[in-house]
Amino acid sequence: MELTLDALTVVTDGATLVRDLSLDVPSGRVVGLVGPNGSGKSTALRCVYRALRPASGTVRLDGDDLAGLPLRRTARSVAALTQDGGVDLDFTVEEVVALGRAPYLRGNQPLSAREHALCARAMERLDIGHLAHRGVLTLSGGERQRVLAARALVQEPDVLVLDEPTNHLDVRHQVELLSLLRESGLTVLVVLHDLNLAAAACDRLGVLAHGRLVAAGTPAEVLTAELVREVFGVAASVVTHPLTGGPQLLYALGAPDAAARAVAPEPDPSPDPPEQKGTTSPCA
Amino acid sequence: MTAAAPPAGGRADPTPVPRGGVGPAAPVRLLATRAGLALTCAALLALLLLSVVVAVGLGPASVAPGDTARYLWAAVTGGRIGADETTTYQIVWQIRTPRVLLAALVGAGLSAVGVAVQALVRNALADPFVLGVSSGASVGAVGVTVTGGLAAFGVHAVSAGAFAGALAASVLVYAAASTRGVLSPLRLVLTGVALSLGFQALMSVIVYTAPDGEATSTVLYWTMGSFGAASWGALPLVAVVVLLGLVVLHRYGRALDVLALGDETAASLGVAPDRQRRALLLVVSLMTGVMVAVSGAIAFVGLVMPHLVRMAVGAAHARVLAVAPLAGAVFMVWVDLGARTLAAPRELPLGVLTALVGVPVFIALMRRRSYLFGGR
Repeated sequence: MELTLDALTVVTDGATLVRDLSLDVPSGRVVGLVGPNGSGKSTALRCVYRALRPASGTVRLDGDDLAGLPLRRTARSVAALTQDGGVDLDFTVEEVVALGRAPYLRGNQPLSAREHALCARAMERLDIGHLAHRGVLTLSGGERQRVLAARALVQEPDVLVLDEPTNHLDVRHQVELLSLLRESGLTVLVVLHDLNLAAAACDRLGVLAHGRLVAAGTPAEVLTAELVREVFGVAASVVTHPLTGGPQLLYALGAPDAAARAVAPEPDPSPDPPEQKGTTSPCA
Repeated sequence: MTAAAPPAGGRADPTPVPRGGVGPAAPVRLLATRAGLALTCAALLALLLLSVVVAVGLGPASVAPGDTARYLWAAVTGGRIGADETTTYQIVWQIRTPRVLLAALVGAGLSAVGVAVQALVRNALADPFVLGVSSGASVGAVGVTVTGGLAAFGVHAVSAGAFAGALAASVLVYAAASTRGVLSPLRLVLTGVALSLGFQALMSVIVYTAPDGEATSTVLYWTMGSFGAASWGALPLVAVVVLLGLVVLHRYGRALDVLALGDETAASLGVAPDRQRRALLLVVSLMTGVMVAVSGAIAFVGLVMPHLVRMAVGAAHARVLAVAPLAGAVFMVWVDLGARTLAAPRELPLGVLTALVGVPVFIALMRRRSYLFGGR
């Protein structure tokens, strides 16, 4: 299922958080949104899972405007792993995962045998099967994050929207979660802070700054030293990942001349020059 | 659903993971099964019926449980009672039965509303009165007492005033707390607390300037709670509102679970948080308004019963909202019995007893189990 953000503008309390954002997530692809804090990444995602209504522009699923569909209907197509992972009550892990079926069930209608199996499978996939009867409030942050990811899978969505899903996760579970995203076959829009993880996990990247899309394209096209300096204000060298061939960023911490060196020579690893290959050119 | 499968890919997990038995909810999992829940509810229902019969029999003039049951049966089926028993029958059927039934209804209603309000404002300290309903009701009741208004309602004038006050308070809280269709839990509870203080001040002014002492006793009555004014006349209305409310709240069980995951997640699960909160606010306001109007603001039950029940059956609202009303009803029947017999012929205020009994029990249970509500 194809997800399209079309000229999305979000205004909250007079502040324009996202301005004229257009982005396409082709069916079955993983698209990453990166950008500095406050650049509007999460705000854009909130429009996709409908926690927020855009001031103008649309979010479309295979051409259907989400705003015209009932919330329950879109919750069957779009699942989200949000940032507000806080849970008020000490539900068991199993109970939280089962809430992923809420869009399909009326009132307190119990889960069917198939749905129970679905929950069990999702818990195994996220390596939380052994926690099924634990209270969620007793879990570590990373375990809880995996519980919420399992809940999103149980929704059986076509589109998965994730806001920094690797938060709190140890390296193994970061890698496992992102591999799971790639293997799931779902249409995925994910906000990631770690540019190297983003480069490894995403087919395409969109870069947001001040609520605008400033670059979009494959990770190799987008993640250049200039862009990282301009958007994030950080000096970085771009090297080629020895295993995947994708771009990887190396940062120089605290040594200004090292940082300057890193920017100056520009040992560009990609075979063809990256300039202006993205759908949107980096703006000043 | 067993968790016995080995870790994916045959990887050996270096840290042994404790299974079951360690979570704070582990010892009570039996209650969480469907059969366990049904059994619990059936047991509580039986206990409630028994409690009602015992409570109806006990009082200044004691009636044996067998006779009580016979009178109740006769009253319900239209059977005959011997002439020498007429007085006891009158006491049992006309005075005590409506009072005990009212206690059961209000206990059930306050417990369920407490569960819903705690979820609504996402706060473990919330109770049915945190939204300003009880102080609004008190202002209404005292206002009617002092001015002699609403005379058209006859003996129910004070209750009508209390109900009007409760609804006015709810409308005010709603209007003040919502902006552009957004009803945030924190703003809701802060507005409720602030308006409560305002209403209490207003009530003090009325009492202070009132010509006689009647206003003062009305205030005491409303703030402490009593079932002394129970009668068959008001009971059907209360029963309909409370029982319907219980059914509606129970139907919101899964929606309340989803709301407890946060507004963002709720939206992504197809639950519009603000719309749900508006609907819930309407239901709990009506229920609380009716209950406060007939019994005053009985403290503590609506705060503590939800926590006690969660300790027993876990957090899922469909379960909590099935068990809490029954447990609350049983509790309230016994509290009312204590209120009218412990210091007979004087009657103790209900709020005093609920707190005296409830606080130690609650603290003891809290300490015994690691009970979590949104934190550690």
